[in-house]
Amino acid sequence: MTTITMRRIEAKFSQKPDNSMSNGSASKVMEVRNLDAYYGNFRAITDVNMPMRRNAVTAIIGPSGCGKSTLVRCLNRMHELSAGGRIEGQILFDGEDINAPEVDPVELRSRIGMVFQKPNPFPKSIYNNIAFGLKINGFRGNMAEAVEGSLRKAALWDEVKDRLKDSALSLSGGQQQRLCIARAIAIEPEVILMDEPCSALDPIATLAIEDLIRELKEQYSIVIVTHNMQQAARVSDETAFLMVGEDRSGYLVEFDSTEKMFTNPSHEQTEAYITGRFS
Amino acid sequence: MAFLFLCAVLSVVTTAGIVVVLLAEAIPFFTHVNIFDFLTGTEWRPLFANKSFGALPLLSATAMIALMAMAVAFPIGLLTSIYLSEYAPSWIRETVKPALEVLAGIPTVVYGFFVISFIAPTIVRPIFHSETIFTALGASLAMGIMLIPMVASLSEDAMRAVPNGLREGAYALGANRFQVSVKVVVPAALSGIVAAGLLALARAIGETMIVTIAAGGIPNLSGNPLEPMQAMTAYIMEVASGDTARGTVEYQSIFAIGMLLFIFTLGLNLIARWFIGKFREEYE
Amino acid sequence: MNAPPPTLIGEITAKLGKKWSSWLFAGLAISATGFGVLCLAVLLFVVARDGLGGLDWNFITSFPSRKPEDAGILAALMGTLWVMGLTCLFFVPVGVGAAIYLEEFARRNWFTKLIETNISTLAGVPSVVYGLLGLAVFVFGMNLGSSIVAAAATLTLLVLPITIVASREGLRSVPPSMREAAMALGATKWQAVWHQVLPAGMPAVLTGIILALGRAIGETAPLIAMGAFTSVFFVPTSPTDTFTVLPIQIFSWVARPLPGFQENAASGIVALLIVLLLLNSVAVALRYMYARRRSW
Ligand SMILES: Nc1ncnc2c1ncn2[C@@H]1O[C@H](COP(=O)(O)OP(=O)(O)OP(=O)(O)O)[C@@H](O)[C@H]1O
Ligand SMILES: [Mg+2]
Repeated sequence: MTTITMRRIEAKFSQKPDNSMSNGSASKVMEVRNLDAYYGNFRAITDVNMPMRRNAVTAIIGPSGCGKSTLVRCLNRMHELSAGGRIEGQILFDGEDINAPEVDPVELRSRIGMVFQKPNPFPKSIYNNIAFGLKINGFRGNMAEAVEGSLRKAALWDEVKDRLKDSALSLSGGQQQRLCIARAIAIEPEVILMDEPCSALDPIATLAIEDLIRELKEQYSIVIVTHNMQQAARVSDETAFLMVGEDRSGYLVEFDSTEKMFTNPSHEQTEAYITGRFS
Repeated sequence: MAFLFLCAVLSVVTTAGIVVVLLAEAIPFFTHVNIFDFLTGTEWRPLFANKSFGALPLLSATAMIALMAMAVAFPIGLLTSIYLSEYAPSWIRETVKPALEVLAGIPTVVYGFFVISFIAPTIVRPIFHSETIFTALGASLAMGIMLIPMVASLSEDAMRAVPNGLREGAYALGANRFQVSVKVVVPAALSGIVAAGLLALARAIGETMIVTIAAGGIPNLSGNPLEPMQAMTAYIMEVASGDTARGTVEYQSIFAIGMLLFIFTLGLNLIARWFIGKFREEYE
Repeated sequence: MNAPPPTLIGEITAKLGKKWSSWLFAGLAISATGFGVLCLAVLLFVVARDGLGGLDWNFITSFPSRKPEDAGILAALMGTLWVMGLTCLFFVPVGVGAAIYLEEFARRNWFTKLIETNISTLAGVPSVVYGLLGLAVFVFGMNLGSSIVAAAATLTLLVLPITIVASREGLRSVPPSMREAAMALGATKWQAVWHQVLPAGMPAVLTGIILALGRAIGETAPLIAMGAFTSVFFVPTSPTDTFTVLPIQIFSWVARPLPGFQENAASGIVALLIVLLLLNSVAVALRYMYARRRSW
């Protein structure tokens, strides 16, 4: 047991996860198959099928309450922490079912990072916000270097390098959100899930995060939920459009390349939603 | 309207009344007994012919019993609150919390009985070989049990006030429940938890019936938890239940002791309020 | 990798592994929770074991006695009823009145703040100190002696803070729209509070009152401090009579070494717990009613 854990940790930090294009740009990092998600007896999403491409940005759009958050929370098994949260169907990560009994959800979450709607830095120093994730994942390397590295990747280093010991709560909303992104990428996940990461931010902070997302997809695969159609069009390569059905349950209407979706959608509903003619 | 206002003002009058009453009897007491001797004297013999009013034996007994009780109540109460707020499924929470409420609602005279009839004869005496069943340890164990619900429910309140986003953030980084609880939730709720501990300590210092019944009532500065001791509150009980005449030094002495109690508990409560205020500032 | 020198704790956690330390902690936390529940069970068991046998009609209808087998709680039970009845008469109007004032009418100024801070501080004052207050003010100052009124007045001051806090919560749970609706119909603020807010908040207010009463029934120290008697051989007939109450009776039995008296104490405790249980089931019923009403 111990040796396996140690080996995993070493593997995780010594050799970078294989994010190269070697498998071909069309390789799927994750795939959702026939997914139903429940809160108790209420089925929040029904029969969703969609792939997530490696080193691409996959956007999830749709009206409020259609189950976008529920869907992304299934991808790192955060959904099962909600009261009554359970799923049916399959979610594959690197070809393996993440809900298989031998998969440890805790370990899974260190490989699939998540950024939330409201920035949620810990009430600790900026430095310790990043160090926290590294420590709990058994990181044994040079902490200061690792912290600096991820702050740089999140385009936050220059703004905070002189105040690493300050409370993270003293940062602005946009900075806090980038800190949360830095915190997520510090532990070198393969996938980063983002649930409306910009909805609490002003337009300038939003653009900064969008730039960051475009940079990050070189190394990571990103799934982003957004309410903002322009944002989906600007940052994503592929888009999934969800609607909410008669039974209040969300379902997938259309999944396609973002370009096709925004220029020539196959479904009338999609077009109506994208052009704002949606009631 | 005027009546309602008077009702609200009554609380201020009560506080003022307490202060005035305590001072009114304590000041004459300190004309008989030097306040310095009172606070540092090691002999407490108020009812003998050669009186001596050195309060250290009472103070040390109160401090010792209260601290030992906290040594039981704080860790157990804190672990209970962590379990209830972070681990327990809702049906367990719904069952355990009322049970703890019942434990908290049991009159303290019952805890005194519990020491005499169970804790002392079946735990303290066989394990620690005390000479009598009236020991500081026995009283503090019961007091510890009595305080568990208070620590648990106040710290659980603090932990529940920690925004869920922090927990989710930590889970999303691959933290397990233990790490989320101990490294995120507890530090975030720390000022609330400290306040819970201080309020429980104040309660322990002011607790009367358990120490009166179970600790033996003999002024004792030995610091040995297996001996009988008299706490400050127990001394007040002793004098009040006898027939001490008004105006005597003994009568006044219970007000002097009462004043010390009031000062200690008030101080602890004010510090606790400060921590609670700090906690609210962080999360509301 | 330049790993820092491992610390002992780091070493242990690494050895145990993240998972094991988590399980260990969960076990610890569950045991702690179980410990509290176990203590309650043992306490109730010990009381029932020692006390149930002696709790018969004779015990309820007898006065204390030098012989344990003849002793009973008649005077104490009646004393408890008298003191609690009178205490209710005092603290309910005053506590609810103060809550209404603070919640509905008080302006947010320094004086209101002073009152509020003061109430929360008073809740932390040891009950024995209230006993000293009662002794000096009611027993001697007003010359009431160690009587039922003096006791009720002392207990009133003692439970006022909890009553006020709980009643305010009850009033606060009434949605503001209710006050506005009433006032939009031309009701004065006072009418709105009296006819709308108070009835709507009543279950919660009542729960608070019962909570306070439960606290008052179990109090021993303040009453002893104000000189209540431990052995009383008559049933009180007026508020100025001297008295004893159940917890004091229990205390006086616990303090006697004869085993028979310990059993009397246990039986007295069973009686006291039954009274508290009855009181609390009323509170639970009210809370249930309240929860149902809110979900409509
Ligand atoms: N914890 C929960 N318990 C029960 N039902 C929930 C819970 N969380 C969400 N739901 C329900 O599940 C459905 C989908 O919610 P979800 O939060 O996934 O929607 P969303 O698409 O993210 O909406 P938004 O755009 O407003 O964030 C909704 O009907 C919601 O009421
Ligand atoms: Mg959402």
